Order: sequence, then structure tokens, then C-alpha cells
Amino acid sequence: MDALTHTLLAADVQDRGAAVEAYRVTKRFGALTALDDVSMKVEAGSFHCLLGENGAGKSTLVKCLVGYHPPEEGSFMVDGREQAIRSPRDAQRLRIGMVYQHFTLAPGMTVAENLLLARGDLPLRIDWRREKAALATFLASTPFRLDLNARVADLAAGEKQKLEILKQLYLGQRLLILDEPTSVLTPTEADEVLGLLHGMTRDGRLTVMMITHKFREVSAYGDSVTVLRRGKLAGSGRVGELSTQDMAEMMVGSAVSVATAPRRRAADAGRMAGDIRLGVDGLCADNDRGMAAVRELDLVVRAGEIVGIAGVAGNGQKELVEVLLGQRSASGGAVRVDGEAYGATRAELRRHGVFSLPEEPLRNACVPNMSVAENMGLRDFDIAPFSGGWLSLRFLRRGALTRRAKEWIEAFGVRPPDPSAAIENLSGGNVQRAVLARELSGAVRLLIVANPVFGLDFAATEAIHRRLDQARNDGAAILLVSEDLDELLELSDRILVMSEGRIAHQALAGYVDVAEIGRCMAGHGAGGH
Amino acid sequence: MSETTDGLAFGSLALALLGGALRVSTPFLFVSLGECITEKSGRINLGLEGTLVLGAMGGYGIALLTGSPWLGVLAAGLCGVLMGLLHGALCSLPKVNDIAVGIALMLFGTGLAFFLGKPLIQPQAPMLPSVELGAWSDSEQLRSALRINVLLPLGLALAGLLHWGFRSSRWGLALRLVGDNAAAARALGYPVVPIRIGATAAGGFLAGVGGAFLSLYYPGSWNEGLSSGQGLMAVALVIFARWSPLRCALAALLFGAAGALGPALQSQGITAGYYLFNAAPYVLTLALMAASWTPGQTLAGAPGELSFTQR
Ligand SMILES: Nc1ncnc2c1ncn2[C@@H]1O[C@H](COP(=O)(O)OP(=O)(O)OP(=O)(O)O)[C@@H](O)[C@H]1O
Ligand SMILES: [Mg+2]
Repeated sequence: MDALTHTLLAADVQDRGAAVEAYRVTKRFGALTALDDVSMKVEAGSFHCLLGENGAGKSTLVKCLVGYHPPEEGSFMVDGREQAIRSPRDAQRLRIGMVYQHFTLAPGMTVAENLLLARGDLPLRIDWRREKAALATFLASTPFRLDLNARVADLAAGEKQKLEILKQLYLGQRLLILDEPTSVLTPTEADEVLGLLHGMTRDGRLTVMMITHKFREVSAYGDSVTVLRRGKLAGSGRVGELSTQDMAEMMVGSAVSVATAPRRRAADAGRMAGDIRLGVDGLCADNDRGMAAVRELDLVVRAGEIVGIAGVAGNGQKELVEVLLGQRSASGGAVRVDGEAYGATRAELRRHGVFSLPEEPLRNACVPNMSVAENMGLRDFDIAPFSGGWLSLRFLRRGALTRRAKEWIEAFGVRPPDPSAAIENLSGGNVQRAVLARELSGAVRLLIVANPVFGLDFAATEAIHRRLDQARNDGAAILLVSEDLDELLELSDRILVMSEGRIAHQALAGYVDVAEIGRCMAGHGAGGH
Repeated sequence: MSETTDGLAFGSLALALLGGALRVSTPFLFVSLGECITEKSGRINLGLEGTLVLGAMGGYGIALLTGSPWLGVLAAGLCGVLMGLLHGALCSLPKVNDIAVGIALMLFGTGLAFFLGKPLIQPQAPMLPSVELGAWSDSEQLRSALRINVLLPLGLALAGLLHWGFRSSRWGLALRLVGDNAAAARALGYPVVPIRIGATAAGGFLAGVGGAFLSLYYPGSWNEGLSSGQGLMAVALVIFARWSPLRCALAALLFGAAGALGPALQSQGITAGYYLFNAAPYVLTLALMAASWTPGQTLAGAPGELSFTQR
């Protein structure tokens, strides 16, 4: 009888979310103490949020917990018992799993293959009929829906994120750690994914620990929060008892205002805009697989205005930006800057003062293994005062590059403040700042920006939005492509909605009908249902 | 010239091409299947030309010593395994580029084979047996076209096996994962480096066997001009075949036929442009490469970890 109760209890515990505690954890990278004596507690079956500025040590803490890099000091307790977690294998044994900030899927393989590979104990010969039936049963037991035969490369970002989560659920995790899971998702996708996970914690089946920069997600889904600041514990509490203001203050360590700037007024939009800086006429471009992604697109951006492009990812925004930046050739149509034909050559970029912040800046705007100073000099290393000298042989003046990098690092708050660090070792938010410093410090006449605050904490977001606004007021023409509608509503003078490679809707700031924009983003409501 | 003679000439040209395809394609087939395995794991082994030549020499030598051509084939495969292991191990060192190592090993393999193979140029080793698929026919030309080597059906069966195995075996899935996203494979606990070394060794084995075909069947002797770049062309062929073993087999037959074009035309009495037609496989390689690379598009089906697919 006793034994039976025991097994029943054990089975019961196995199907419940795990309770986890970190006790005085310290982690160093060389001279840098990324985590300093941090303790935190996550209750079984709760939805816990981990907050902090860029570089606060959030990713480092959860990577310690999943054994990715074990801490120097401190310990972890799972369900009240101390556990040594020295490798991902240990974490897996305790059924703790993590969804990383970047995708860890094999893009060339199918959903079913990715799931099966995650399980690990594959038979020598795989009976696909049986495995697929088993996978379908498993899928039915979760709230997520995916096509098992789809190739991962063909999935939308939201579906990839679902697959990452499914992979962990398939491994039977009791604690699921998510590192900024919604940074690659549209708000609708984010709400869907988080809502489903939230539902699973309500059943008590799962404990979720989520790193995020979005207070909206914290208040909508979180039960409790822990806040880190520069590697130290800055505070914790229950979501209902802490206001957004409290959490923001814990993050930055002083009183702040989190109220976002008021939306553009109609009067503001009616302000006389200047000459046409960017004119796009009947532009067509193909995507990587040779399919039409931008179809006969027309748009105009005038001096002194921000034109926002809204749309669900994958409707040609990426390709449009790539054509404008010279990363992709157009298959038709014309692009004009200041009325002149424009092919995004280096000379033209310089002559017209075109600057840009593409998405994924580490990949699209940086040379990862070059230093911060060198990356900051990519636009002008070949002209005075950064090159020159003797017989105009154009030697590089490293001193000048480093000096300027130091100024920009200071002005934009890049951390660590070391111009000689390889840019790939910076946290995501800091890469963003370093690139922004380069792109916003020149004489900007036309700025092309894609998802500029992707992965940034709120203070940095505010700062960048202020800078964009400033650039506009100084007379720059700005094309702002974003998946975050709130950001567009806040900054844009005009909003265009892009759907299937075309402009599906236009609205002036102040006359925006958000519901209509939503319908157009979903392809007139047809694609959304 | 009348209609009938025209038809006859065309028929025998087609037969000669078919015979050529069946005869010449075997080394293409084996090398490309080997390269396919290696590239699926995320590495390129350009050294298979050297492996092919070394395998041809080693196979010929062992067949001569033991009197058994099959032991020769095995020895050729083992030479390939050693070359593959060498490539795999060198590329696993930090900051070593697989393409550069491949080029070095190509020169090393051919050089070593020429050096060790000096005494093998004169003596005659026992040859691999052939299968008469055309015994039913009384046309001598058809019979000779359908006289194939046992290695060819083995290679075709292997292509089918690989096609199945890449999808439906533990090894195949792990191999493709490692070649598609090494970081993900590492995170899931798959041993990336050993799998890649294993895949390169397996690829080497097949390339070595392809070499044994050259020295032990067709043309069937050991000399320094034995290979005419089949090992290199097979690498191009894998790209053209978009990393599918079945398409590799088809492409190998196509390349075989192209290689037979010059001799076939000559046997028809067309000697003008003989050297030009002999260049057909190379022209085909260039044309196919140009056709399969569309600028601005990523190559469908390419393993994500290959050094030339990384942008
Ligand atoms: N592998 C590493 N080697 C050296 N320093 C590192 C390493 N990983 C992180 N760091 C440093 O540790 C600090 C904390 O980084 P971490 O990635 O935990 O920040 P984060 O809170 O997740 O920030 P973000 O919001 O930008 O993702 C940063 O200063 C970062 O530069
Ligand atoms: Mg992080």
C-alpha cells in the first residue's frame, strides 16, 4: 500500500511543473562578473518572468541553469533538492529545457525529422508510418498545431518558435526556459504562443521561465518576476503587486518615466513635408527561392517625415529593404533618391547621405570577428580623417578610428566600453547600439530602418525612438519597417501596410484605423482565418 | 544518303552512347555518391580525385599480389578510407578550411600513387568480371554495349540505399542534421566532429572503389594518365544533382554518355572535331554548373553547413 502511494505520488510529481531555486550564483567571464551572487525562486507551475537591461546577465543566468556554462559559485535546487547541473545532459535528466534566443532547428529538414532528432534514441531503421502516427498523437496532446511534413526553412518565424517549444515538450520538460521568445514574432503570433504556454502552466503541467523586454507580456501572462541589474539581483515579486513603474525602476536602478511618447497628432502630420527623397516606382524583386516577393511596389518618402511600413513578416519587407540597401537586385522597376537613379553603390550612399539599420545587424551590417571600432568605421574608413597620409596612399589611421569609437560608445552606451572587443561577443542589444551609433551620427538625409529596437530593453528603445524622431525633425527622410505596430503608430507620419509584396493600405498619422490595418496585414482578413 | 542508313547510323550511335554511359559512368557514380555522403555532413572533400587515383593504384597492386581483383577493390576502398580519415582529421583542427585541405590531398594522393605505382605499369593484374546483360541479343554491338561490370549494379543499388537511408535511418538523419545545422546538432548531443570524419571516410571508401574500377576493369591497367579528372567532375555532379543520391546516379550516367560521345562518333567514322567531342564532359560540367547557380538564390537542398552556402 505504502509503495503504491509512493509510486502514485512520484508519477504525479513527474507530470507537474518543476519548482526551481537558484542560490547565490556567481559567473565570471575573465575579468567580467556577469552574475554576482544572484538568488531567485520559481514556484512549481508558475509563469515566471526574468527582466533586466541589455547585458544584465539574464541569458547567462538561465544558461547556468541548463548547464550550458556552469557557474563558478552557487547551486541550484529542483523540487527542493540540490542538484549539480554541469552539462545540458544533467538538465535534460531533470527535465529542464531551454529555447534559445536564436533558432536551433535544422532548416533543411522537416518538422517531423527535427522532432525525432531531438528525442535522441532513434532506432537504426526508422518506421516513418509509426513515428508519424506517434508524433501526431503527441501534437494532439499539446495546444500547438504544425504540419509534420513541412520543411523548417518554409515555416514562418512564429511556427519555428512553436516547433522549438514543441521540441522541448516532446522531451517531456517540466521546466521550460524561453530566452526572448517573442522578439522574432509579430504581436499576434506572440500572443498565440504565450497564451498556449500560459494555459499549460494553469493546468500545472509545466513551469515556464521567460526572459523578456516587454512589460505588456509580463502583465498579461506572468505570475512573478525577478529583475537583474548589471549582474546583481535587483528585486523580485508578484506581478499583481508590482507596477510597470516599479519593475522599470528595478531594471535601471532609479526613478524613470515609462510613459511612451504621445502619438503623432493629425496636425503634426499636416505639417508641410519636404521634397521627395526616396521614390520607388513599380519595384519588383524575388526572394531567395526565386519567387516574386515585392510586386510592383510604389512609395515615396519626403524629407522630414517618417513613413512606417507595417506587415506580417514574410510579405516582402525584408526583400524591399535589401533592394534599397543594395543587397539584392531588383527584377523590375526603379528606385530614385533625390530624383536621381539610385543603385545603392558606395558612392551614391555617400553622396545622398543614405544610412541604414537592417534587421539582424550582426549579419547584415557588421563583420562579426572585427572589432567594435573597425565595425564603427565601415562607412568611412577609406576617407579622411580615417585614411590618408603619405603620397595619398590612404593608410588606415587606427588611432582616429579608435578615438571616434570611444566617443560613440560613450554616447550610445555600448557595453562593454571596449573599442577593441570583437563585435560578435557583444550582447544582441549592444550590437544594435554600436551599429546605430555608426548610422545615426553622420549627416543623415535618408535613413532606412528595419525593426530598430528588436531585442532592446525599454530604456534603449526610448533612446532610439528619440533619436529617430530627432533625425526626422532635422529633416531626414526615414523609412521605418517594423513588425511592431505600436512602434509604427508612435513614430510614423504615414503608415503603409505591406501584404504579399504590395502596399495594401495607407493612412496618415492621427487618422489610423488600427482594426483596418490589422485586416490588411492579414490580407483583407482572408489569410487570418 | 538514304533514310535507312541515316536511321542505322543514328541507332548505332545511340547504342555506342548507351554502352559508353554504362561503362564510363561507374567511377562517376561511386565518387559522386561518396562526395554526396561527405557533403551531407557539411564538408566538401575536393581531394577525391587524389583518392580515386590512389585507389586505382592500390587496388591494382593488391590484385596483382593476391591474384584476386575483389581483394584489390577492398584495398582500393581502404586506401580511400585512409585518405578520408586524413581529410576529416585535418579539417577538424581549428581554422582549417576543408576546400584547401581537399586541394592539398588531391595533389598528395595523385603524387603518392605515381610514386608507389612505378613498378605497376608493366605487369598485368587480374581484371574484374563482367556481366553479359545482352546475351539474348544476336547483335554484337548490343551485346558489347550491355556488357557491364558488377560494380555498376552495386553502385546503383547503393544509390537507392542511400536515398532511403538519408531519410529513414538513424545514421542518415544524424548525418543530415550535422550538415544542416552543426550548432543544433551539438545542442542535441550529436557528436559533430566524429560524424563528419566518419562521413568523409565513407566517402573516401567509395571514391577508392571507383578508382579500382578504372585500373581493374576499364580502361583496365595502371598508368599515370588513368584518371582524366573524373574525381573532380564528380564533385560538380553532386551539386548538379542537388545532393540527392538518385539524381547522382542519373547524372553519372549522363556524364558517362557525354564522355563516350567522342569515341562513339569516331567509331561512326566522324573524326572531325574528335578532341572537341572528347571535351564534352567538361563542357557539360561547366554548362550544368552555370545552369544550377542562379544568382541571388540559395541552392535548394544544399546542406546549410557547406562553406559555400554560408552567406
Ligand atoms: N561567452 C561570453 N564571453 C564573454 N562575455 C560574455 C559571454 N556571454 C556573455 N558575456 C557578457 O556577459 C554580460 C551579460 O550578458 P547576457 O548575454 O547574459 O546579457 P542579457 O541580459 O541576456 O542581455 P540581452 O538583453 O542583450 O540579451 C554581457 O556584458 C556580455 O557581454
Ligand atoms: Mg540575452
